[in-house]
Amino acid sequence: MSATNTDPRPKASASRRHRLAERGIDTQLLMLIPALLFGLLLFVYPFTYGIGLTFQPLPRTQEQWGGGVFANYVAFFKDPFLFDSVWITMRLALPVALFNVLVSVPIAFKLRHRFRGKRLLSTLLVLPITLGTVLTAQGLLIFGGRQGWVNRFLMEAGIIDQPFPIVNNYLGVMLSLIISGFPFAFLLISSYLSGIDPAIEAAAKTLGANWKQRFRRIILPLLAPGLATTFILTFVLAFSVFPSARLVGDALGETRVMALMAYRAFGEQQDYAMASTIAIMMGVVELVVIAVVLLWRSFLYKGTTGGKG
Amino acid sequence: MSLSANAFGSLELKNVGRSFGGHDALVDLNLTIRAGEFIALLGPSGCGKSTALNCLAGLLPLTHGQILIDDRRVDVLPSEKRDFGMVFQNYALFPHLSVEKNVAFGLQMRNKPRAEISRRVKEAIALVKLEEHAKKLPGQLSGGQQQRVAIARAIVIEPRLVLMDEPLSNLDAKLRLEMRTEIRRLHQSLGLTTIYVTHDQEEALSLADRLVVLREGHVQQIGTPAELHDNPANWHVADFMGYRNLLDLKVASVSGSSAKVEGDGLSLDATLVQPAAAGDEVRVAIRPHDLTVAREGQGTEGRNAFAATVSVVEYQGREFAVGVTTSTGKNLFVHSEFAPTPGETVMLVLDPARTLVYRTSLTAVSAEEQELLQVRG
Repeated sequence: MSATNTDPRPKASASRRHRLAERGIDTQLLMLIPALLFGLLLFVYPFTYGIGLTFQPLPRTQEQWGGGVFANYVAFFKDPFLFDSVWITMRLALPVALFNVLVSVPIAFKLRHRFRGKRLLSTLLVLPITLGTVLTAQGLLIFGGRQGWVNRFLMEAGIIDQPFPIVNNYLGVMLSLIISGFPFAFLLISSYLSGIDPAIEAAAKTLGANWKQRFRRIILPLLAPGLATTFILTFVLAFSVFPSARLVGDALGETRVMALMAYRAFGEQQDYAMASTIAIMMGVVELVVIAVVLLWRSFLYKGTTGGKG
Repeated sequence: MSLSANAFGSLELKNVGRSFGGHDALVDLNLTIRAGEFIALLGPSGCGKSTALNCLAGLLPLTHGQILIDDRRVDVLPSEKRDFGMVFQNYALFPHLSVEKNVAFGLQMRNKPRAEISRRVKEAIALVKLEEHAKKLPGQLSGGQQQRVAIARAIVIEPRLVLMDEPLSNLDAKLRLEMRTEIRRLHQSLGLTTIYVTHDQEEALSLADRLVVLREGHVQQIGTPAELHDNPANWHVADFMGYRNLLDLKVASVSGSSAKVEGDGLSLDATLVQPAAAGDEVRVAIRPHDLTVAREGQGTEGRNAFAATVSVVEYQGREFAVGVTTSTGKNLFVHSEFAPTPGETVMLVLDPARTLVYRTSLTAVSAEEQELLQVRG
């Protein structure tokens, strides 16, 4: 509707500056400048530059796969050596994220109440955050390698006669991802749980719900949005795995993850364009998974959980 | 109305106690509740009244004593098996379920047939007058409406006992009065045995059939509203029941249950509630309503009378609440039918029967002393 002379509203008498401030536009906005600058220089520019690179394939890629400026993408989808890395990464990241979320729930649930040694236990659970991936990998190698304590113990105890392969394979990377990802999942879910008012559970109790019914009908629906967020975070962490896939994995075989492929294209083949393409595709796959989870989440209750949360 | 109480004969609390670490939150609560009774647990915060309620609900295990319904122990049952309905201070509604589903929850847990659930839910919602909000989520309702949902949710299961934990303390003054009437109405029409926790003496007096006053986990007095209002058992109960004037005086002489007390420039004829002898330090409790400003020419025979200076006058509708200062500088709260002028010296009158004398210590009066008092009386 256009404003005419018959507009019944009186003309605002407040100054222009005042009216703008009411909509959040004032000099305080200037404080955003450093952040915007950083964002532009360190994210937007390199990101768009990377996307640009993907459309400048090397002549040899164009010759082999055709497709003109899209040669890199054609190669990515047609070269099984490249494309399989999507499933290899997914095969690692999905179970790890699921495990982290599903195992965190009962532990966080138990740790809600006060008991002796609670602080020690939570410290132990969160401690791996402080360890770098490399340190974790190193520890896993010493602990689980062919000559590691576990295998030496099992062999000397006569339980096995061949070393059990714990590292340099899928299992090794998975363990390393769980060690570094679990604390995040646990901390997040704990805080989501503490946001649920304990009186709500008490109310369900007095209404005759046993612990299974309380969990399924009250706690779980209230916790579900938190579980979705936690899942997304641990999934993204696990999907971009790089150091542990190389250090405790099988870098050319079953843990040939996308980050490794991108690194290989960049470091070994000097093919910046291909490396960028793989990196962009990594982002696309993550976005698809996140979109699916958020879609599921949109069907759930999203409001307050009544607690201090 | 087909909603009704699951009848039982009597509910008995025997020496019920609860300690946290070394601290006793509740000590030796003995109480027998008849079916249909409305009991209020009353006391300042931290007196153990909520602990008592949570012990009854099974949300806190007892450390001492037993709870019996018709001589069958219920304190050993888990909370979900007790069949008690509870209303929480912060409502504790399930935020992700609609009003209907909140109310239906307890019935679903009892595996009632679908038709029965929908019929009873409808009745309960009608009872608290929320028909038009049945499909809404709790977050879309006002505080008073949410508390109504909580009440409907607790009574729809036809509980043996309804427990209410300060249900009105989060509401504003007007709504609190409305809901008070509502709760009273529901209790009168359904006859549900109710235990109601509050720190508001007015609320307790208006709702309950019997009151239990607690202090630091110990029962101070159990009685009807009238008993507590007119004859508090000790000065703490008196203080809590609105006896705003507490004077530390000395007993001059005793005859039977009446005594003469002196101090602070006053000399009053008073009534002994707890035994005292001449020379004892005592605490005298006087309700502002009983200490009134005398009209000019009003006779004072048979009553205590003394002068004081008016310091504050508050208009309270039909009468005036007046703050006065005695000759020794003691501040008292009194009532007046007319408006005195601040600075004016007025005569105060007080019935000796409403001048209650208590011991300064709060330890219970022994049975022996109690008997002595009876004999003297």
